[in-house]
Formats: sequence, structure tokens, C-alpha cells
Amino acid sequence: MHLTQIKDILDAQVIAGKGDMDQEVDFGYGCDLMSDVLAYVQNNIVLLTGLVHPQVIRTAEMLDIKVIVIVRGKVPGSDLIEMANRRDIVIMTTKHSLFTASGLLFKNGLIGEEIAHNELTF
Amino acid sequence: MNLHFDVEGGEFISAGVASSKVKKVLKQLAIQPEIIRKISVAMYEAEINMVIHAHGGVIDAEIMPDYVHVILKDEGPGIENIELAMKAGYSTASRLAREMGFGAGMGLANMKRYADILQIESEPGKGTTVEITVKLYPEQS
Ligand SMILES: Nc1ncnc2c1ncn2[C@@H]1O[C@H](COP(=O)(O)OP(=O)(O)OP(=O)(O)O)[C@@H](O)[C@H]1O
Ligand SMILES: [Mg+2]
Repeated sequence: MHLTQIKDILDAQVIAGKGDMDQEVDFGYGCDLMSDVLAYVQNNIVLLTGLVHPQVIRTAEMLDIKVIVIVRGKVPGSDLIEMANRRDIVIMTTKHSLFTASGLLFKNGLIGEEIAHNELTF
Repeated sequence: MNLHFDVEGGEFISAGVASSKVKKVLKQLAIQPEIIRKISVAMYEAEINMVIHAHGGVIDAEIMPDYVHVILKDEGPGIENIELAMKAGYSTASRLAREMGFGAGMGLANMKRYADILQIESEPGKGTTVEITVKLYPEQS
């Protein structure tokens, strides 16, 4: 799914990485817990999260995540926005909840990254 | 190439600087993105651990022609039972760590998944040393 399509579907505002909107993602992943994002994300995804801690950007950087949608109308601090801009990471914000935002993208054809391993059998 | 970092404890905002620098260097060396990602995730998990569970420490990253070896050493509280700590879901993380999106007890298991070799040595009251080795060209060995 193209990032401009994500922006339109979620009625989102682009607040970082404005120059990097011309790209696509293959899957979506929604989570407030960066531990889980690090453990489960393996593909080219859009990350939907309600967490606005700068470690969200670091997590994205380590996993080569190019776009983050911040849900529930949360407003990240300028440090987070600056970190994203420096790494060419696109940040959008939407008023929708994590559930609704995920549902809207799913309804429009973006599927979720499947969980590839069972943590509890480890 | 050897890179050295001093990691400050309690720095929840800037934690991850060392992993970020190592990632940049590996990118410049044109190493396969999937391999870089393995190193980055494993090292970042360990770097976050030394900030949220210990009071920082030192990191030495050794970039060799065919592998990367990262040593993360702290003088924090140590890990009483490493086998238990490795179990997914086991965590003693503080509220502050959870507020930054960590503390699910997934990190050590994830490090084991991504590292080709993971060594953990720990002594309660003395500290913890984590060593991560990732091969740069795994198909050749
Ligand atoms: N450097 C360390 N010093 C002291 N204790 C540690 C250290 N690293 C890990 N531990 C202990 O091992 C436990 C498990 O670590 P692990 O990284 O798997 O999970 P976590 O850090 O609690 O949560 P997550 O990594 O999912 O954010 C920790 O909760 C802590 O008790
Ligand atoms: Mg951890």
C-alpha cells in the first residue's frame, strides 16, 4: 500500500519525513510494546502505535521500518520528530484508535504481518 | 575495526545511540541489510537492557571481515538465574522501562534468535557481560 493511500484512509497528518511519502509498505503491524515489535516484525511494514517515546524511532531504525502512524491523536514531542526526520522516517498522526486505524487499513487491502514463531515454545 | 561506547545509566531517551552508530558503520560497509538487521536488533536489545536493568556500562563492537562481535559489559545487579531470564515473558522491568515500551521479557529470547552466538555471563551483585556474534556471510561457513 502506498503511503499517500494510508494517509488518505486514516485522514492522517504527516508530521515528519514529508519528502519520503513516495513509497509502499507490504504489511501492517499495530502495537504499543516495542519489545514485541522487535521480536515479531521481519518485513516492510507500517507500524501503528500509541506510544510516543523516542525509543519508537530507535526501534523503527533497527528494523528498517520506514513509516509510523501514531494513533489516538497523540502528539509526539519535538525530539521524536527531529529523530525521525534525521532518519528519513515518515511519521503520520491520526485521531483513530489503534483498532479502528488497523481495521480501516485492513478493509482497504493491507494485511497484517503474521507472527512467525511461538514465543512460548522457545 | 573497533568501536567503543560508554553507555550512561538511566538515559531512557538516548539509549540506543551505540546500536545506531554501529548500524550506520555496517551500512557504509555495504553489508546485506538482513544481516545488519540481525546485529542491530540483538545489540539494541542488549543496550536497552544495560540501561533499564543496570546503570549503563561499556560496549565494544569489533567489526571483522567475516563477523561482528559485540561485548556489552555492565556492573549492575546481575542476573540470578540466566535460564529463567531467557524465558519469554520473564521480566523485572521497572515502570519507567515499561513506559518506554519495554519490559515484556522478550529481549534475551530475541537476542538468542538473532545472534549466531550469544554468551551471557553474570554474577549477582557484580554485573553482566553479554557477547553477541553475528556472521556477515553465513552461507560461506
Ligand atoms: N544487563 C542486565 N542486568 C541485570 N539484569 C538483566 C540484564 N539483562 C537482563 N536482565 C534480567 O533478565 C530479565 C529478562 O530480560 P529480557 O531482555 O528478556 O526482558 P526485559 O528486558 O525485561 O523486557 P524486554 O526485553 O521484552 O523489553 C530482565 O527483566 C532482568 O531481570
Ligand atoms: Mg530486554
